[in-house]
Amino acid sequence: MSGNLPPHLRRLEAESIHIMREVVSEFRAPVMLYSIGKDSSAMLHVALKAFHPAPLPFPLLHVDTTWKFREMIAFRDETARRLGLDLRVHVNQDGVARGINPIASGSQLHTQVMKTEGLRQALDAGQFDAAFGGARRDEEKSRAKERIFSHRSAQHAWDPRNQRPELWRLFNTRIREGESMRVFPLSNWTELDVWEYVKYENIPVVPLYFSKERPVVERAGTLIMVDDERLPLNPGEVAKMRRVRFRTLGCYPLSGAVESDAETLDEIIAEMKASTTSERQGRLIDTDEAGSMEKKKREGYF
Amino acid sequence: MSIPTLRFLTCGSVDDGKSTLIGRLLYEQKLIFDDQLSALEKDSKKHGTTGADIDFALLVDGLEAEREQGITIDVAYRYFATEKRSFIVADTPGHEQYTRNMATGASNADLAILLVDARKGLLPQTRRHSLIVSLLGIRHVVLAVNKIDLLDYNEQVFHDIVAAYAEFSKPLGFKTLKPIPLSARYGDNMSAASDNTPWYKGPTLLAHLEAIDVDEDRVSSPFRMPVQWVNRPNLDFRGYAGTVASGRLSRGDEVVVANSGRSSKVASLYVADSLSETAVAGDAVTVTLADEIDVARGDVLCHAPARPEVADQFTAHLIWMSADPMLPGRSYLLKLGAKTVPATITDLKHRIDVNTQEKLAAKTLALNEIGLCNIATTMPVAFDPYAENHDTGAFILIDRRTNETAAAGVVQHGLRRATNVHRHGFTVDREAHAALKHQKPAVLWFTGLSGAGKSTIANLVEQKLHARGVHTALLDGDNVRHGLNKDLGFTPADRVENIRRIGEVARLMTDSGLIVLTSFISPFRAERRLAREIAAEGEFLEIFVDTTLDEAIKRDPKGLYKRALAGEIKNFTGVDQPYEAPEAPELRLDTARETAEASADEVIALLERQGRIAKL
Repeated sequence: MSGNLPPHLRRLEAESIHIMREVVSEFRAPVMLYSIGKDSSAMLHVALKAFHPAPLPFPLLHVDTTWKFREMIAFRDETARRLGLDLRVHVNQDGVARGINPIASGSQLHTQVMKTEGLRQALDAGQFDAAFGGARRDEEKSRAKERIFSHRSAQHAWDPRNQRPELWRLFNTRIREGESMRVFPLSNWTELDVWEYVKYENIPVVPLYFSKERPVVERAGTLIMVDDERLPLNPGEVAKMRRVRFRTLGCYPLSGAVESDAETLDEIIAEMKASTTSERQGRLIDTDEAGSMEKKKREGYF
Repeated sequence: MSIPTLRFLTCGSVDDGKSTLIGRLLYEQKLIFDDQLSALEKDSKKHGTTGADIDFALLVDGLEAEREQGITIDVAYRYFATEKRSFIVADTPGHEQYTRNMATGASNADLAILLVDARKGLLPQTRRHSLIVSLLGIRHVVLAVNKIDLLDYNEQVFHDIVAAYAEFSKPLGFKTLKPIPLSARYGDNMSAASDNTPWYKGPTLLAHLEAIDVDEDRVSSPFRMPVQWVNRPNLDFRGYAGTVASGRLSRGDEVVVANSGRSSKVASLYVADSLSETAVAGDAVTVTLADEIDVARGDVLCHAPARPEVADQFTAHLIWMSADPMLPGRSYLLKLGAKTVPATITDLKHRIDVNTQEKLAAKTLALNEIGLCNIATTMPVAFDPYAENHDTGAFILIDRRTNETAAAGVVQHGLRRATNVHRHGFTVDREAHAALKHQKPAVLWFTGLSGAGKSTIANLVEQKLHARGVHTALLDGDNVRHGLNKDLGFTPADRVENIRRIGEVARLMTDSGLIVLTSFISPFRAERRLAREIAAEGEFLEIFVDTTLDEAIKRDPKGLYKRALAGEIKNFTGVDQPYEAPEAPELRLDTARETAEASADEVIALLERQGRIAKL
């Protein structure tokens, strides 16, 4: 119920609804990228409101790398069932056949093939001309300069030097045949805004965000959860049960856990306010090298 | 936090320290995380300009290219919150060539922090940015006199700059102007009052930002809601979805569709997905009406006593944002609210020198230039002056060829009320004219390089039509350039105007039932599209007289290529000005393969097929 939201969240929600309605009015075949995380949960919740009482006028797409936490996949399928959503799941079968995985192939190649290339395949196959993503500008420096409506060439490439100026709420939605637009309705939200929104609106999120005893191994200072038998353990390495939770979710061998006792939304919010590290710190793929997010984005990563 | 978020931008001259100021603000609020700080320390050693100190600018200069060049080339958005308020900051570039990015940042800001280097005082950029800030309707300005540490915190320097700026900014209409002496690098008067400036009694920068009330009370303005999307999940529900731009709407209100004047009552009202009694400016709503009246995307809902203007001509300031210069007469797409319509700039009244604010005569606007223009749209649109309503008074122009955003515009006032100019219903209408002649009118638009054979073929076609008793008119360089258009040259701007006039004349002639043949190089797609739009629906036939440039140079019937290649003629198509071939002409004539006679017969056959002339 939007009436109960504090003024800054009410304004953010209204802005996001405005953006979503603009896309549905101006594009032929939009799709919403659904990554199962808290941002996707919030984005989906806003979308359901934006088109009420009509059902969602576009499908959801999940690009599955086959290395997501099992709880994420269960949550994804349960959400689609509960809300009656048209959820499409795409796996880069070529990558699977080549045996690409985050452990043997390394995080860079795995992300490039299973996420970036997988996404391009799915967007091409669906002939989608607009794709919603849940990225926020406060996540990372190169995201801070991304437009809300971000133009992509027919090859899905992003040209950061040649972005369209974005004024007022007047979004230039014109594209040529074959080109597409990535649209980020949560651009102006912060991590704290998302959590507070989840709390006020009582939105379900993956249980992995809440602290619990989980089997983890410590590697180079990062806690990796042993989610299934595919994670090879080093000689002498034993998974230990520790009270951990995740600030961001991705492929489990690439997502670092944090030790925490936060079991409720209020405790998560309190912990975040006291935190001295950024949200993406646990993301191993961002620190490959400086400017790595910008490089990935130019190639078509979300 | 019960105060709404403050959206502000930082601007000022190139090295005045904008990025440093934001970086410092975040740092002092402990809003830079440990991992970001350690990345920053590493980056400072690699790219930094502050020796052993942390270079805060690196925190906000996001893109790789910027870190390497040490400049900000785009708008970066930053988010932070204190106990009292949350903030969204647009960090914008200082260089003149990035004026468009600054305007972008300013369009969504309520307050501007204008930085001035205490050592340099007011610079041309300071004046330029102030003008843009004022033009985009920002009413609250902080004059941040930065680097005061480098002048030993000299009070007199501060007061001199403040006095000079107060004088300069008088005509800009700012509601509040708060001067603060500070050092972004060392933190003086940023979030803690500085011991170095005991003579300054005002608030710190942060205290001022936390306290200022920028709410212009959009809620008390007249109600406006541009309809974004029609929500029709089933036959029983028809909702109009959009964001309330201003004012207040309640269930039961009588609302008017500004464009058509039709009215109805609000039957139900949703704010987001919740049924509500009332909605206010900023809310995303869905409205159902008691009566079935025609409402579409782009229409504006309002209350009857306070309606927006509805017109197809208005005066507006344009900030040009494209590398392709503005050409009066060329057709652009204009997006205002949820409405997108073709529009042309009919008159550039003057360009504004952004440094001196002088009004200068001009024929065109280049990238980053600002001018006052008359704009005509192909159909009436509902709008308000920008000073009264930002949401219904702002628009963008889109280049129809590249799809890039070519300009940002703010409406000054409407030029004539379309509702007052009812076009006279002629009793002898265009159908009557054509019927008398037993033909259907058309514009045969011959386009192609000089020397392609346009005039030769057009003349043959006209002879053949005349022989059949068809009424025609032929417009070509000989009869148009020497009369109607003798005031025009061959610059891109003049070529556009040339084609526009020919298009209008051709339209008048087709209204009289004629088949009009035009023979002009008409090298630009955009102008041919304009001519097509001027023509009645379906009556414009683009005929591409195709030949290679080599062949045309070889033919060179008037010896013009020879002179152009020798540099004696400027702006010659194919030599120093491009020819944009039609993408989907109604007819393409290959003059390398067939004779002019055969080409003319193809044109006749097309007219027969379309039933415009009788078959023999």
